Amino acid sequence: MLPEKLKSELTAQIARVDHPREMAIDVINALQDHYGYFSDEALAQAADLLGMSPLELDELATFYTFIYREPVGKHVIHVCDSLICWMEGDENLVAHLCDRLGIQMGGTTADGLFTLLPVCCIGYCDRAPAILVDRQVHGPLTIDALDRLIDTLRENHS
Amino acid sequence: MTATYPQVLLKNRKPDRITTLSEYREAGGYEALRRVLTEMDRQEVKTRLADALLLGRGGAGFPAGIKVSTVAEDAPFPRYLVCNADEMEPGTFKDRVFLHAEPHMLIEGMALAAYSIRASHGIIFIRPEYESAAKILEREIGIARGEGLLGERILGSDYDFEIVVHRSGGRYICGEVTAQLNALQGRRPNPKQPPPYATDKGLWGLPTLANNVETLACIPHIVKNGAQWFKDLALTPEAAGTKLFCVSGKVNRPGCYELPLGIKLSEIIETCCGGMKDGATFKACLPGGASTGYLTADHYHIEMDFDSLKKARNRLGTGAVMVFDHHCCMVAATLNLTEFFARESCGWCTPCREGFPYLRDLLWRIENGQGEAGFIPMIKTMCRHLWKSYCAFAPGGVASIESLLMNFEDEVMAHIEGKGCPFKK
Repeated sequence: MLPEKLKSELTAQIARVDHPREMAIDVINALQDHYGYFSDEALAQAADLLGMSPLELDELATFYTFIYREPVGKHVIHVCDSLICWMEGDENLVAHLCDRLGIQMGGTTADGLFTLLPVCCIGYCDRAPAILVDRQVHGPLTIDALDRLIDTLRENHS
Repeated sequence: MTATYPQVLLKNRKPDRITTLSEYREAGGYEALRRVLTEMDRQEVKTRLADALLLGRGGAGFPAGIKVSTVAEDAPFPRYLVCNADEMEPGTFKDRVFLHAEPHMLIEGMALAAYSIRASHGIIFIRPEYESAAKILEREIGIARGEGLLGERILGSDYDFEIVVHRSGGRYICGEVTAQLNALQGRRPNPKQPPPYATDKGLWGLPTLANNVETLACIPHIVKNGAQWFKDLALTPEAAGTKLFCVSGKVNRPGCYELPLGIKLSEIIETCCGGMKDGATFKACLPGGASTGYLTADHYHIEMDFDSLKKARNRLGTGAVMVFDHHCCMVAATLNLTEFFARESCGWCTPCREGFPYLRDLLWRIENGQGEAGFIPMIKTMCRHLWKSYCAFAPGGVASIESLLMNFEDEVMAHIEGKGCPFKK
């Protein structure tokens, strides 16, 4: 169930714009933040709020990189694998993360803390190799710096 | 370093914060907007843009003065101005650096561009990875509104203009203007072939002018200092203005540098970026993002402007210079770029959707010792087919592959004949 407060906030935001559907991504993001991912339930609620069909919302949700239609971990790690990060050794970061977290690319750790995903160039080529954790950029990263980052995220949940 | 060349867009850049509204005004900011609203007519703004030969900085290099004039005088209202801050071309981060330095220069540039076409609604379309810039813009738009520089009756005139920030869900194709307009309207962002052009029927069927961040940021300076001043900033007679070059890869100091158009590639690498990393040798670069072709050492001293790159059968693109040294395998690099285009194809048309995975597969086989000489004509044919795709995405995506075969065929053959990558031995 969507909390009444969030629902009324979103309803008010939608009422302020000329065309409700221009708010589609904002509404999807807000519901994704609430549920942890953009679930079927969230999709139906977003469609309802925006006056769009669930199909129209799914056309958007399945298109974008940062909208997750399946459950993801509390922290989503996107490793940039485009040209400059690749030249600076993103493959070593991925191998280390897979090893350290015990998952493959695309997987989620058993404790539900981390999901590992690839991402195309994130626009931080001057800080390669770079990754996004919950949309925050980290780079240039060494294996040691990556370990410290994972340790900090883990400690915050223990 | 770059101090020897005039700085315009990044003149007051600070290491860790933006130029505030009061600092921007002290440096002459919003003076162009005041003058336009009190002393100049709309046509004068358009004339200055056209005379300044300002070419779009987002990749296509289309003349901004021509684009602005395609909004018809009797076109319906409301009219829209879209600022493209999507910046998803691999290697490109200039707009990110700029937005974290001079948000008010963009706001003023948007207000001026909007005024010239009588647009009342401004939208900044921004990629999700730039959330910190989106927050800065929203805050500074609010501050500007509080000072009467945006909103109703700007600076006491009868002109109203509002700006909102629109966050994308994140896909490369959203940088293409027709796809971006679909995205802004809550539709799946597949591109659309014009006509109608956006300036005729864009957002919600109404006139919409779309420009890149850097293009809009140039406008206050052109209005204030005139077209000739802007043209004189460039080092080559055909070019005009400065350019934000963002350099990455195998150089000592990757970063974003404001330099005159027409500066030599060698000077960018050696003087601004401190030369090649670890004393390596320059092998090639992509001059303007992943959608441009390789420039080899033969072009090491090329003048970096739109015309010179065109003469070299290449493109300046976004000015994202990605540098390779002699240790880099160009087949592997091209495979990485092709992977990018295979993943980011929106899937709307068959040549693009099917062609990139096919090309990726052939390049993967060559890189991994399974290549055959017969692959080369197959790749060339497929690249030609991709020119027949629906939008500019695929022709951009095959630029690196075509230039790989044009400039590095020996290297490709060495992979095929040696049954593996010679750089991994």
